[in-house]
Amino acid sequence: MSHLDQPAPGRGPTEPAIETPPPHPGGGGHDAPPPVTPTRRRPFLSPLNQRRWRNFRRNRRAFWSLIIFGVLFGLTLFAEFLANDKPILVGYNGEIYAPIMRFYSETEFGGDFRTEAVYSDIEVQCLIRSGGLEDCFDDPEAIIEAGTVAEGAQAGWLLWPPIPYSFDTINDIQGAAPSAPNSDHWLGTDDTARDVLARVIYGFRLSILFTIVVTILTSVIGIIAGAVQGFFGGWTDLIFQRVIEIWTSTPSLYVIIILFAILGRSFWLLVFVTVLFGWPALVGIVRAEFLRARNFEYVRAARALGVSNWTIMFRHMLPNAMVATVTMLPFIITGTISTLASLDFLGFGLPSSAPSLGELTLQAKQNLQAPWLGFTAFFTFAIMLSLLVFIFEGIRDAFDPRKTFQ
Amino acid sequence: MSDAVLTVKGLNVRFRQDGAETHAVRDVGFHVNKGETVAIVGESGSGKSVTALSTVDLLPGSAHVDGSITYLDQQMVGASEKLLRKVRGNDISFIFQEPMTSLNPLHTLERQLSESLELHQGLTGDKARKRILELLHEVGINDPESRLGAYPHQLSGGQRQRVMIAMALANGPHLLIADEPTTALDVTIQAQILELLAALKTREQLSMLFITHDLTIVRKIADRVCVMKDGEIVETGPTAEIFDAPKHAYTKMLLEAESTGRPNPVPEGAQTVAETDKLKIWFPIQTGLLKRTTGYVKAVNAATLSVRQGETVGIVGESGSGKTTLALAIMRLIASEGPIVFMGRDIQGLKGRAMRPLRADMQIVFQDPFGSLSPRMTVEEIIAEGLTIHSSGSRDERRAQVAEIMAEVGLDPGTMDRYPHEFSGGQRQRIAIARAMILRPKLVVLDEPTSALDMTVQVQIVELLRALQSKYGLAYLFISHDLKVVRALSHKVMVMKQGDVVEAGDADAIFDAPQTDYTRALMAAAFDVRATDHAQT
Repeated sequence: MSHLDQPAPGRGPTEPAIETPPPHPGGGGHDAPPPVTPTRRRPFLSPLNQRRWRNFRRNRRAFWSLIIFGVLFGLTLFAEFLANDKPILVGYNGEIYAPIMRFYSETEFGGDFRTEAVYSDIEVQCLIRSGGLEDCFDDPEAIIEAGTVAEGAQAGWLLWPPIPYSFDTINDIQGAAPSAPNSDHWLGTDDTARDVLARVIYGFRLSILFTIVVTILTSVIGIIAGAVQGFFGGWTDLIFQRVIEIWTSTPSLYVIIILFAILGRSFWLLVFVTVLFGWPALVGIVRAEFLRARNFEYVRAARALGVSNWTIMFRHMLPNAMVATVTMLPFIITGTISTLASLDFLGFGLPSSAPSLGELTLQAKQNLQAPWLGFTAFFTFAIMLSLLVFIFEGIRDAFDPRKTFQ
Repeated sequence: MSDAVLTVKGLNVRFRQDGAETHAVRDVGFHVNKGETVAIVGESGSGKSVTALSTVDLLPGSAHVDGSITYLDQQMVGASEKLLRKVRGNDISFIFQEPMTSLNPLHTLERQLSESLELHQGLTGDKARKRILELLHEVGINDPESRLGAYPHQLSGGQRQRVMIAMALANGPHLLIADEPTTALDVTIQAQILELLAALKTREQLSMLFITHDLTIVRKIADRVCVMKDGEIVETGPTAEIFDAPKHAYTKMLLEAESTGRPNPVPEGAQTVAETDKLKIWFPIQTGLLKRTTGYVKAVNAATLSVRQGETVGIVGESGSGKTTLALAIMRLIASEGPIVFMGRDIQGLKGRAMRPLRADMQIVFQDPFGSLSPRMTVEEIIAEGLTIHSSGSRDERRAQVAEIMAEVGLDPGTMDRYPHEFSGGQRQRIAIARAMILRPKLVVLDEPTSALDMTVQVQIVELLRALQSKYGLAYLFISHDLKVVRALSHKVMVMKQGDVVEAGDADAIFDAPQTDYTRALMAAAFDVRATDHAQT
């Protein structure tokens, strides 16, 4: 079955092969006019990638998942403008301030403190609206109600984000925290009276960014390590494999606990530790692909041309090993998201002030009387991971050369 | 036609992909009578394999078949899976081209064969074993009892193909479909397998549908021939008639496509480009914990050769004779022992960095035009690769050079930004030649450059190589098992067998008066064009 006369994808001419009438062989050269060099035309995507993109788009579920995920991630990238305890813009005395971007002390709005203005305070709001009226310290509600403006000043305004709480804003709620969802807090508050929706928005962004950073770093290290092993083989391979075996059997959780105890918790330390124990994931696959490809004739041809080892590895072999690598990536990405969540859940993850979905799950466990916490955590993870799985399912199918789309 | 075993009428096969439709087989009709051998001949891409596979619906899901295929009054197009399974392997058997990949490498011979016996006849235990021994004996495997526990890799290519034939015969089929069964084999083995098939055909009253691109084989084995081109049967008729009086222009072209002529003479006073003296390539066999060397695989023993400017040395031999190993050693791509003198300098033992400047002067063209071009690089990147290493120059200058060389090897320079899969086999081989030639090398190793190509394309490539040689005074080391091509291209010939040089000398002398039995056997297999007695029975 090795030789079918059918147009095997990627090999067979789906578009007819370019037929050049074979001129008298060896001709051209000097007696013929010099051949015209065509100007470079390089489409943005190579034809192969164009085909993959078309195949991906035909998978409706994957395509729409990508769009939804893209919108969600794009929105959360601007989380500061979506959920924040500072207004997006402030108009005060005819001038425009942007509190999210810059620091303004309360004195700039006619207040007393030189610390940053607390925009959620009714007094500060009154100062801004009234143009710095002294009476605001006595009865701000009445002044806002009446719309009084200081002499010689213009009426001010505040443009709030849709959710006027940041992930770490501790809100003044009536009754005990966690409080149930209401018109102020759409998903309720958690056990320290922080708005859950704001925390979900920031937590989503943090998970995805953490995952992207970790995935890129582990992939780069894993691909280089796997490429070196597979390309050189022999003793290099043998020693490296044993090192990896020992390394992967290290109990990473204990190392994380010890390191955090010594160095304190931080985002970048967690990234470092996750990469430290995550890079062997891709090594096996890349190594296998390189072991297979190193005896291919195009590699041998490159070697006969005198191409250096590194160029052969990364110019000739890696692009052909990428398909297997790309199919492996989804597992790394979803795995990293759950790693972060479970570390947070166990209390060994990010600092407790950070907006973490894992910490939300932990709170849900501790506050079973507040089911909105559990439901929020569950649906956030379920939607995020499902979207990613659908997208990667589409990517994997698009990369499969045998899969045909009518 | 009451005795027709297989009748195909108005067969159309289309492949649909990405919205585009490829019409692989167009309105094909033929029939195979009982005890008759019908050959389908055509170049690659002509739809012959697709036609064969469609008979028992073995095509992939993207294929759409319409028309009529009847096997003994049973309609096979649109037949139920149950009926197809009954027919497959039982009434219609297949032999494929590549015996190594058609056999499961993890099963012993006994298991390979017993599987289908159990499936279709319910034979197990001693009965099955008896039948297996009978079959192996029938296909000419010596001492079958001792071979039952052998794995495919322990057999030679010819033996594997015999096992494949035994598997195909296991259930006493009426029709045997052989898809290029001898293409991957050496010429002498090829002849043996063809004899076996012919003998089986008369003994078992088999009908055979034989698919090949090799007209020499067709002449030996077929009763009737269908010539296919671009999915259509352009001519059909009895073998003798087609060969003696072809009507269609395409058939005439196929018949005439044979590498002929002789190489251009070597210019007077040509310098020696490369020389070896008793070059030895032994791979150590290491065993045990301490990797002590306990023996050697003797790939090449004491090979002495020299090649001058404008001269071709042909290295001939069957697979495993060490011809490719020798060429790779001369290019210093694998380790060897003994002096290798290139351009007056001993390059044996030079380190990678010291070798790199010399690489520009020695180039290689490989057999498989699909495997030797990286599928992720454009043609321009592939051809210009050597320039980026060995010479400076801007990107535009390099593109101009690529355009020049592409025109020279007969490719349209306008296609330089395309990817290799958009080219046909012959065009790809031209790309590989362009890649080797762009550095203006002194020595080019040609490792079976024509073996994977169709005959008509082969002829063009041979002519191209000859023209390039006389224009630039290139020295060729030409490796091939195809003696016709060797004859058309070589000044000197070296015959190798299992690592030893059995005969070497001027091409004319060796071809006209071979000294050893081995060389004579090779010649006989290659030039024996006349039909043997089997074809007429």
